[in-house]
Amino acid sequence: MTDAPLLELFLHFASLSLLAIGGVLGAAPEMQRHMVETRGWITDAQFTDAIVVAQASPGPNILFVTLLGFQAAGLPGAFAATLGILLPSSLATYWGWRMKRRHEASRLVGAIRLGLSPIAIGLTASAGWIVAVGANGTDALAWSVTLLATAAVIATRINLLWVIGAGALLGALGVIG
Amino acid sequence: MSGVPSAEIGGGGGPVPRSLGELFVVFAGLALRGFGGVLPFAQRVLVEERRWLGRDQFVEMLAYAQLLPGPNIVNLSLMVGDRWFGWRGSLAALGGLIGPPMAIVLVVGVLVGQVADDPLVRRVLTGMGAAAGGLILGTALKLVSGRRDPAAWLVFAALAFAGLALLRLPLVAVLAMLAPVAVAIAYVLGPRAGAR
Repeated sequence: MTDAPLLELFLHFASLSLLAIGGVLGAAPEMQRHMVETRGWITDAQFTDAIVVAQASPGPNILFVTLLGFQAAGLPGAFAATLGILLPSSLATYWGWRMKRRHEASRLVGAIRLGLSPIAIGLTASAGWIVAVGANGTDALAWSVTLLATAAVIATRINLLWVIGAGALLGALGVIG
Repeated sequence: MSGVPSAEIGGGGGPVPRSLGELFVVFAGLALRGFGGVLPFAQRVLVEERRWLGRDQFVEMLAYAQLLPGPNIVNLSLMVGDRWFGWRGSLAALGGLIGPPMAIVLVVGVLVGQVADDPLVRRVLTGMGAAAGGLILGTALKLVSGRRDPAAWLVFAALAFAGLALLRLPLVAVLAMLAPVAVAIAYVLGPRAGAR
């Protein structure tokens, strides 16, 4: 564990808070780029672990940010990262909610919502891709697990914990990983 | 509207949260029930169990939460808290939503971190990563199938994916290139294009 500077950590996540369209996971590729590749605060495996642990734990998905901060700079890092990702968007939401009536029927607001939503889909898919590449590398069997998990989400109403559990079991048995 | 809870929608004498503490506890409870997504539990608890919100109110708040920046469930907690207790309510609801799950995820993270170099644990985590990557990909693709107009708009999803995942461009660059064009097209097409 390197000790990333807290202020820089906070600012990194704060700068992504307003850019994370369609969910904080959409900003995960940028976090990986910055924290792993540019600054070297954490390893690729730590990055994937943070997302995996957060997905397998109760609570909002954004808590992978807490773990990324923790890995980069311990408990203070966990708080700096969480506060950073929450503060700008929460202030914007609180303000926007109170201004609500003025903008409700605006054509521009509708266009922003409609225009950004396919981009949000692309961002979320990128996050899934980055996690899968980090975990699978060139292991064809592991990729088939990823494909099966993808299909399970699309085609069934299976509890997501079972899918992650199946991945854990296949890893434990040495089938993949 | 200084200090006055801003949401005037609904409000027909139904059950309401009695204190900041109750808001905190209820949001903590629904957060801790949610694995892989809290939103379904937010609806179940707020609309069906506590009946603080009608279904229409919930949908309207959710639509607004999705429009504003930040995680939908976080935005929703801010709005619901604000409705009865102003900014204090927002803090209480957000605190309940984030605080207890954050403590749990940190404990799990520390425990996993202690053994993460063990070969068996490494394989388990890698297997979970393979599945989690698929879950996230599936979530994204499911959003595609929910759209009425997938074909044309998919270009933007594909370009965003290419820029971010394949070319590894900075997020801000991808958004600066795509968002103005996409929003401009949506604006020109007008509200009809967004009808579901």
